[in-house]
Parts: sequence; C-alpha cells; structure tokens
Amino acid sequence: MSQDIIRAEEVRFSYTTAEGVAPVVLDGVDLKIEEGSFVAVLGHNGSGKSTLAKHMNAILLPTGGAVYVSGMDTADEAHLLDIRRTVGMVFQNPDNQIVANVVEEDVAFAPENLGVPPEEIRRRVDDALKAVGMYEFREHAPHLLSGGQKQRVAIAGVIAMQPRCIVLDEPTAMLDPVGRREVLTTIKNLNRTSGVTVVLITHHMDEAAQADRLVVMARGKVIADGTPKEVFQRVEELKAVGLTVPETTELLWELRQDGLDLPLDALSDEECADALYQLLQ
Amino acid sequence: MALKDITLGQYFPGNTILHRMDPRTKILLTVLYIVALFLSKQVVSYVVVIAVLAAAVAISKVGLKAIVGGMRPVLIIVILTGILNLFYTPGEGDPLVQVWVLKIYPEGIWSAIFMILRIILLITCTFLLTYTTSPILLTDGLENLLGFLKKVRVPVHELAMMMSIALRFIPTLIEETDKIMSAQKARGADFESGNLIQKARALVPLLVPLFISAFRRADELAVAMECRCYHGGEGRTRLRQLRYRGIDYAALALGVALVAVVVVLRKFGL
Repeated sequence: MSQDIIRAEEVRFSYTTAEGVAPVVLDGVDLKIEEGSFVAVLGHNGSGKSTLAKHMNAILLPTGGAVYVSGMDTADEAHLLDIRRTVGMVFQNPDNQIVANVVEEDVAFAPENLGVPPEEIRRRVDDALKAVGMYEFREHAPHLLSGGQKQRVAIAGVIAMQPRCIVLDEPTAMLDPVGRREVLTTIKNLNRTSGVTVVLITHHMDEAAQADRLVVMARGKVIADGTPKEVFQRVEELKAVGLTVPETTELLWELRQDGLDLPLDALSDEECADALYQLLQ
Repeated sequence: MALKDITLGQYFPGNTILHRMDPRTKILLTVLYIVALFLSKQVVSYVVVIAVLAAAVAISKVGLKAIVGGMRPVLIIVILTGILNLFYTPGEGDPLVQVWVLKIYPEGIWSAIFMILRIILLITCTFLLTYTTSPILLTDGLENLLGFLKKVRVPVHELAMMMSIALRFIPTLIEETDKIMSAQKARGADFESGNLIQKARALVPLLVPLFISAFRRADELAVAMECRCYHGGEGRTRLRQLRYRGIDYAALALGVALVAVVVVLRKFGL
C-alpha cells in the first residue's frame, strides 16, 4: 500500500493524569491517508482529533496499535527525522511557532536544521514564501504581521522543509474571517498545484466541506468517513455527537423533515439554490 | 505606560560601512579597542583613542544624542568613580587642596579625568557595537566567535539559540503584558497609585498570568521546533553565511595598529 502516506492501525492513546485516572483519548482509530489527497478531520473539542494529528509525525506515540508514515513506524527512533521531514505540522497559534525575528530567517529554520546548503536554502525560502504569497514581506519582523499573514509564514516554514504531507491542527482557530480565508486558499493551492497531501484538522463545517474527503471523529473514534457530500447527509448522526452541518445541508434537512422532496447532497450555495428552484418549479 | 516604545537591542538601522561590516569584525574591534583603552596611561594615548572613537561615531551616523542619552543610567557610577579617584589618589609633594582628611593632589585630578574618560569611552564603544549591529547578527557573530568553546563543552549554540528566541519573543510578551494589564484594570486592578510596596504587590496579578502564558508558549514553541526537525546545533547550516570581506580585514588591521600605537606610546610614557 505504497500510495498511503499515513496509515494508522488500531491506534489507542491514553495518558495518566496527576490523579491517576487514565482517560482514553483515542480508542482504536483506523485511518489511511492517500498521498496527494486533501482530507479534513472534523470533530468537537475533546473528540481526539488534535491528539490524532500529533500521532502523524511522532510528537505523540500510540499506547496501542501503530502509526506508519510512508511505511516507517513512528515508534522507531531511528526514523524520527525522516518522519518529521515527510510530515510537516502547522499549529493553531502562529505566534508560538515562529522562531526567528525576520520572516525569511524563520522560513529558513527547517532547512537549516536539515543541513541544506545555503544556496539551496535561499531557493527553498523564496519558493516557499512565493507559494504562500508572503514573498514581499520576507524582511519584515513577524510580530508586525496580521494573524493570517503570520500563519502563512508558519506554513511557508513547513513547506521549506519540502514535506510530502502537511498536517494543520486548527490553523484558523485564532484568525479573523479575512485571515481564515487567506490561510484556507493557501492550503488548497498547495494541494492542487504542488500535490502535497493535506490533512486539515478543524471544527469549522465550511472548511471541512472544501476537502476531498471528510473524517469525522467523536469520543476518540472515527464515526464517519467519506466525501463531504456523503458525510453531511448523515445529519442525525452528526447532531448526536454535537456537530452541526453546513447551513445549506441544514436548510435542506429541515425542509425534508417537513416532508419536502429535496436532495441532501446539495452542499454548495449554488447547488442548494438549484435544488430549491427545481422544487418550486 | 507605553510598553511598545521600548527599543530593545538598541539597534539603529543604517547602511554605513560600520553597519555592513561583519558582526564578528565589530565584536573583535570592540575587544581590541577596550585593550587599547586600558593600555592608555597618558594624555597623548588618550587623544589617540578618543580620536579613533570619534571617527567611528562619525562614520556610523548614529548621532551624539543617542550615545549621550544612553549614558544617562551610568552617570552616577561615572561621577562616583571620578570623586573617589579625585580624593583617594595619593601624590608626591603637597596637596593642592586640603579639607579635613580629604586631600586633592594634582595626580588625583589627572586620575579622575582619565578614569571618567575611560568609562565614557568604554560605554560609547560598546554602544556603537549594539547600535550598528542587529541583535540577530550579534548573536550569530558571538556564536561563531565563541565556537571554539564547544570543544570544552560550553553549549554555545544553545545559548545563542536561547538569546535569539528571547529577542524574538520580547515584542510578543510586551503585547501580552499590555493585554493582561488592560484585562486586570477592567476588573479593578490599580497599577498606578500607592507606595512602592503597594505598587510591587499590584504587579502580582500581572506577572502570574504572564508567566503561565510564557511557559505555555515555550512548550508549544518547543514542539513546533521539533516538528521542523530541530535537533541542536549538530549539522546545522545557515541561510546567511558570515563572511569576512576586504573591509573587515582592513578594519581589523586598523584595530591591531591602534593597540600597537598605544603600546609604543606607553613605552615612551606618553
């Protein structure tokens, strides 16, 4: 199964708190992520989605089961650097992942750590900054940038490592709507143009709806897996675990409850409008 | 309180020869200058070292105002040193002035003047270094120059990394301090009134959240750094390579020449 970049098999994770209780955060997760795909992992707070993300580049190791990155077992110390350069990770708070006080120096951090020659670093930094549209800010101090810009710098810092997969753990949670849009566009571009596998951890329905594949997590388990259209049709199940569905699906679902004959898979605004229009015809 | 006005590292961006020089050259020059300064004993050597520094200040375009302004916090030390030297330097012959047990000899006056000059020059030359070198370059330069200490297990890279991360987080933490202050003020905290002890106590509700948040940030940053394959200084390359150029060799030659001149002058008792 070489086309799976990440393979989680029966992954369990629990930790021991100071009081001696061991809450189970991941309860047997099986997940395969295909190379080049754009996967969104959706879940409520405490569903285990962030914990799962941290298993994808060996920040956390499973207490049961195994995670393989490009065939390498994350529990194997010898592969640690290879795993980390294969799967890059972007976190929620851009302030806490920017290391240097000049944008380009920060983007250079990962290639510097990997011992890439200086001329090659220069090229990677320039390419990465262009890819996220921050090239003209290369000599700025990061703290003077907006949240969305900072997060794009953080993404550039990961791209410069040339990973095959990028895991983004709620990258838009601390951003305003403009910043969210900037970051999401950047992510989608990366996936489309460079073929980088993207795993987007989120609790925003509208972000999840833009992925090719949607994995829904609740109570440490995968409860739904499929295209956004397929998954969002399971309105009752999603509601049962405290998740909402996109407004379009919500509207169609409500109308269906009232006995109207509408499809549930009209996810975009246009499709939804079309469906309603056809009904009224 | 205008926390955002604090300039740290005291770097004045510019594009003069001094700004463009390799940071290592500037650090070495500062050391050479301090050596020359401490070897100077008499008027002629002082004239030479003052002239050299004056020329450097002029080239840097930093402006006397910034240098004099930076001198203010050490003013008391300068004055105190001057006074002590004035009264406590024993001389030959009769004292010029004698009040009670305090005697002033001509030697005392000279020694006071030289001491004050020495401190002022010392401070000015280090200011010049930090004014013309960005904190990152300064850190890089120090890491590079002190690299030999790695052989005796001094964690030079780690120290330099800590320093640059500290510099990076200063504005972030200042911003955070502002935010916490506003939040606590909104809940009735009073940071302005009361005596010193009350004011210090009022800082507790500011410092506790600030520290907690700083620790949380440190934790997240460490994970983010690991994710970007950070594994210490071993096998690390740099985007910006430090390189000595013609100007650096010339400047270093001048620095050595200065020390030589002062040594010669000292031999002749000048």
